[in-house]
Amino acid sequence: METAARNPARSTAEVALGIRRRVFEHTVCNNGGYLSQACSSAEQLAWLYNEELRLGAPTLPMIPEPFVGVPSAGNLRYHTGAGYNGPPDPQYDRLIFAPAHYALVAYSTLIEVGRMAPEGLLQFNKDGSSVEMIGAEHSPGMEVHNGTLGVGLSTGAGLAFGRRRKGEPGRVWVYMSDGELQEGQTWEGLQAAAHHRLDNLHALMDVNAQQCDGAMDSVMEVRDMKAKLAAFGARVVEVDGHDLAALRQAAREEHPGQPLVILARTSPYQGMSWLKRRFPRLHYVRFSSEAERAEANRAIAAELGVAPVEYAH
Amino acid sequence: MVEMVTRPYARAFEQYAMTHPEVLCLSADLTSSCEVDGFRDRHPDRFVSLGMAEQNMMSFAGGLGLAGFRPFLHTFGVFLYRRPYDQLVASVAYPRRRVRLMGFLPGLTTPGGMTHQAIEDVSVMRSIPNMTILETGDATEVESICEAADSIDGPVYCRVLRGSVPRLFDTPIRVGRMRELSAGSDVLVVTAGITTEEALRARSALASAGVSIRHVHLNTLKPFDPAPLLDQLASVRHGVVTMENHVTEGGIGSLVAEVMADHGVGKRLVRLGLKDTYAHGGSRPYLMRHYRLDASALVAGIEGLVGHPFGITDADLEAVRIEAAHSLAKAEAL
Repeated sequence: METAARNPARSTAEVALGIRRRVFEHTVCNNGGYLSQACSSAEQLAWLYNEELRLGAPTLPMIPEPFVGVPSAGNLRYHTGAGYNGPPDPQYDRLIFAPAHYALVAYSTLIEVGRMAPEGLLQFNKDGSSVEMIGAEHSPGMEVHNGTLGVGLSTGAGLAFGRRRKGEPGRVWVYMSDGELQEGQTWEGLQAAAHHRLDNLHALMDVNAQQCDGAMDSVMEVRDMKAKLAAFGARVVEVDGHDLAALRQAAREEHPGQPLVILARTSPYQGMSWLKRRFPRLHYVRFSSEAERAEANRAIAAELGVAPVEYAH
Repeated sequence: MVEMVTRPYARAFEQYAMTHPEVLCLSADLTSSCEVDGFRDRHPDRFVSLGMAEQNMMSFAGGLGLAGFRPFLHTFGVFLYRRPYDQLVASVAYPRRRVRLMGFLPGLTTPGGMTHQAIEDVSVMRSIPNMTILETGDATEVESICEAADSIDGPVYCRVLRGSVPRLFDTPIRVGRMRELSAGSDVLVVTAGITTEEALRARSALASAGVSIRHVHLNTLKPFDPAPLLDQLASVRHGVVTMENHVTEGGIGSLVAEVMADHGVGKRLVRLGLKDTYAHGGSRPYLMRHYRLDASALVAGIEGLVGHPFGITDADLEAVRIEAAHSLAKAEAL
């Protein structure tokens, strides 16, 4: 099938496992990280990059350059991190990566699909690096700033409108988190996308039911998101976000005249059962003691099929 | 009699947009209020209705900019920065999208009260990196605002006048160039937008009173080249009076103060405008008088600077209104 042909090097399941392993290793080494986001999103990002997105070859160095400054009239060296997704040619898809705090997972995905060198992750959250903790528009794989949650879908809608107007066959994909449904702008954006019949706009949402303060239902219920999204004019498909076949099928859903929203129901400790004991405080995993860190290292490594991470104490 | 021009923006935008295909007309349910209803009706394929949802409109415009378009956003100025401030910074200003923010009803030009009056927009926009700020003061500037704004490689916020607008100038906006309207030697008066017309109302009366006014009109508030202003400041004896349709913090009064302080200009500065206050709803003449940013307020400010009263009455100011505006063509040719 066409999906397998895009990256014959590795299966998407292998890429997803690689993402979990890499984020796990990083989190143990640094005694903290966005671990649960890797658990929930690994299959989705692996599937997007390894199969679904039509992307050209990367245009930026495999090891990201240091931060070259913010956009200004005088900064001629400035560029976004979109080059890791390939050139913005008309036939290619564009990815708006809305949950900027998933950056560690996004970078790990780029590495696993061969778009960034593993050494690039060593610069994560280091001063002077472009591989920032919260993905900025100059960070690998990013094209716009989304650290303020809720702007992503609107930006994608505007880009989709513009691309349709120019007759570009490439689609716009927005990767989102379910917490963004608490932001009014998300609904404004969807309303506009539906009003303007933007069927070249696709949103994939990680529905892990988690947010910074804990379980979403304890923070602010969004209730029946599928019905609400449909009522706002989207074509909505709800799937198990860890089921690659279901993701593939969801993307084939016909949605003429409507944006497509795929709700990927996920677990924030998928593939790392040890994390379940931390539920529902999983937004950022930091180990409370060396003993806990060592225990997590042993348990999660075993589940991921790797040796425990060697780290400096 | 000064020429009054009806809906100059409507014609100017249509004319400009029709020769620049990357320009799109965006509106948030204030289409006729922003004089683009005719454009919408005649060119529906170039018009993007985004409803009452300014946060989305801002980021949507950022996405259009990413796709290579140059969206012109039409709404009241106040709705371009208060509600969608986060989106303004993240989706438009930071990435230097070529988005043109056409802010109608600046300051006290609306009877809509606090919610409709953009009284701190210049202050907000001046503090946003990458932003350019233009302000129109007459029909000719409104007619040239689209081309001026669209010449900027980055985001632009414009204070746009609408409805019946006097024609004070006969040359278009040249971005970055202030207009010297008179070249006196006693007091420098700095105005922008509708306060320029007010200053012109006082012009004959001040001349009759024997005070020599040097008057400059600003249409480019950011970026701001200090050199021409420093030359103007060096040419007057007493000091400078600024008058703005805006709070006196962060607008042109602050701008002039910063230039003077940065360059050690030891002259007095009187800043006229809204003094750390909101306004309420009412007619423009009432509001300008009530909040002291009309011709009589300017006279009082100049009196304070020079140190003695001139004996100018309201009747003197009313009487010279037409004459002052009419004589400007000569002044501008200086």
